[in-house]
Amino acid sequence: MGYGLMFENSCEVGVFSKLTNAYCLVAIGGSESFYSTFEAELGDVIPVVKTAIGGTRIIGRLCAGNKNGLLLPHTTTDQELQHLRNSLPDQVVVQRIDERLSALGNCVACNDHVALTHTDLDKETEEMIADVLGVEVFRQTVAGNVLVGSYCAFSNRGGLVHPHTSIEDLDELSTLLQVPLVAGTINRGSEVIAAGLTVNDWTAFCGSDTTATELSVIESVFKLREAQPNAIVNEMRNSLIDSYV
Amino acid sequence: MAEEAGMFMVHQTIGSVLCCKCGIPMQPNAANMCVKCLRSEVDITEGLKKNAILVHCPECDTYLDPPSTRIRAQLESRELLAFCLKKLKLKPAGVNLVNAEFIWTEPHSKRIKLRVRVQKEVLNGAILEQAYVVEYVQQEHMCDSCTRVQANPDQWVAAVQLRQHVAHRRTFFYLEQLILKHDAAVRAIKIKQMDHGIDFFFGNRSHGVKFVEFVGKVAPVRSRSDKQLVSHDTKSNNYNYKYTFSVEISPICREDLICLPPRVAVSLGNLGPLVICTKVTNSIALLDPFTLRHCFLDADQYWRTPFKSLLTSRQLVEYIVFDVDFISPEVNIGGSRYALADAQVARVSDFGKNDTIFNIKTHLGHLLKPGDYALGYDLHAANSNDMELDKYKNLVIPEVILVKKSYEEKRQRKRGKPRSWKLKSLNMEVDETTRGRGDQEKSNSEYEQFLRDLEENPELRFNMSLYRNKEYQPSEMASMTDGEDMPSIPLEELLADLEITDAEDEDGDMRA
Repeated sequence: MGYGLMFENSCEVGVFSKLTNAYCLVAIGGSESFYSTFEAELGDVIPVVKTAIGGTRIIGRLCAGNKNGLLLPHTTTDQELQHLRNSLPDQVVVQRIDERLSALGNCVACNDHVALTHTDLDKETEEMIADVLGVEVFRQTVAGNVLVGSYCAFSNRGGLVHPHTSIEDLDELSTLLQVPLVAGTINRGSEVIAAGLTVNDWTAFCGSDTTATELSVIESVFKLREAQPNAIVNEMRNSLIDSYV
Repeated sequence: MAEEAGMFMVHQTIGSVLCCKCGIPMQPNAANMCVKCLRSEVDITEGLKKNAILVHCPECDTYLDPPSTRIRAQLESRELLAFCLKKLKLKPAGVNLVNAEFIWTEPHSKRIKLRVRVQKEVLNGAILEQAYVVEYVQQEHMCDSCTRVQANPDQWVAAVQLRQHVAHRRTFFYLEQLILKHDAAVRAIKIKQMDHGIDFFFGNRSHGVKFVEFVGKVAPVRSRSDKQLVSHDTKSNNYNYKYTFSVEISPICREDLICLPPRVAVSLGNLGPLVICTKVTNSIALLDPFTLRHCFLDADQYWRTPFKSLLTSRQLVEYIVFDVDFISPEVNIGGSRYALADAQVARVSDFGKNDTIFNIKTHLGHLLKPGDYALGYDLHAANSNDMELDKYKNLVIPEVILVKKSYEEKRQRKRGKPRSWKLKSLNMEVDETTRGRGDQEKSNSEYEQFLRDLEENPELRFNMSLYRNKEYQPSEMASMTDGEDMPSIPLEELLADLEITDAEDEDGDMRA
């Protein structure tokens, strides 16, 4: 679990990296410390690939992927596409799609089984997502925001959503995704969850502004601690239910 | 929005998140921190003034609003609250005022405490509200005008000396009423009655100038002004002066008989040299009693060629009218009605003693009936030393010129009974030492004459306020039965006097 990360003085880790169960993409930055943190944590398990997409460093917000595939926007150059195809494992399908909403990372949030997408996404793109990533696609909003990819981050074990999400929405999303969800913040009260946090099934990386409270919430909902997951989730749910009654 | 469109909306319950700093469950807000954590992070009152100084003048109970305005405010009043808040300069600091109230402090402590509640936007859109206490120290410092008054209470800066060189004070009684009606002398520090006039003292030159202009509008005057250096500050080049205005009112009064100098008579269209002055406002109205022509003389015109009256109302003699013959029908000259008539009159002093009867022309034909009393100038017996009169050769001087009708008989019956109305007066200082006993009686009779004048002439009353006399008993009047009642002032013209001390006050509605 990496916390206290900074990419060139910004705590928005999820903007400059993309973490899945099969690979990790990292932006090319000025100093190597960002890359080396990921290397240290993940180096012997999954490949950590340095890349740019469309010449930009905000790769976390431009691409969407899970262990089955990776979707890239139409702004990706051929060289980058080739580089990614070469670096990633063979079972990961790398596909460039033509979509008007090219910041796929903001529009799509997915784990290995389910994906939530922007409500205005094209039909073809939806099919492509279902095809390449091998997931079930749901068009949803989170706390009234259509950019689901920004305001929620989830893995196969749990998820964190925008703090203003109502209880009903939380229940609905949780039913769809079949994972426990909690509303919370990242990076000292920031609501843009996926920008500050990048997570997979066994590890997560957060920005340096994240407070201890936020860290404990993340650790418990994504089950990154070694304690009994159910007990923690119930404990969390209890405290939540207590407060709104 | 969606609700109005009739769509089914799921009821949204706001969930709770943990405060990112302290971890207690709370409702999500823009900063996602609980209020205590937010308060501990951000103090919106930092940088705002918590102490300030108010400068107060103990004499006039006002506060200084720099650089030179003064604000009068009671303790714990709205004006004081507004003034104190202004000193805090909240708007430039970017905070919004929500509430402000006084905290009670002992007046002797010279401290004023205010609890102010302000709002400010912090972090990403969260609005934080916080209350804090501001303490004001009240410093006592006398203001400039109070210092001056303390140093010398009689200090005046401008003096207006009003003079009229005639033997009576009728004009000044009339002016006094006008001044009271228009409140022209409210700013006067002192009013002093002098020989042949009144002196007004003001604390400011502009007040004096305003007063002089007011007098210029109501009487034909000429004035000149002067100033005298009192002190001089060499460093700041401030000069303090005493200003004096000398205002002279023309000696022509109502009902005066005037012999116009030849130049003036010619310039007015050969108006008969003997004229009567009928009205004096800021111009003089002259009437030729034999041709019923009238004209106006402006103040400027008069003072270019000033002249004196031949005979004044002191020299009026009472006549009894025997016969009146109309020569011309009643005409309306400048608002008043006159009719030229031949009349047979005799002096009351002659009446019964001898047969001296005068056949004269008079302009009062519409008023007089046989048996009436009238007042007029006795030119037959007068010894006029007027130079102007001598300038006219071949001038036929009439023997009697009647001026007004006399109500003397009726007044005799009413003598001693109080009037239904009264007048207010200015509080003037009178120099007691220079006046003798005779003067007192003379001024009383002059005042009585002035009041009678008011009763007889409605146009004179136009510009003044008459007040109802509380002690007047109307029942006594009912017992009087005479064919022709003497003129009295109708009740509608009287204003109800406002009595502040009276508990059961009159309705006090003033007629305009």
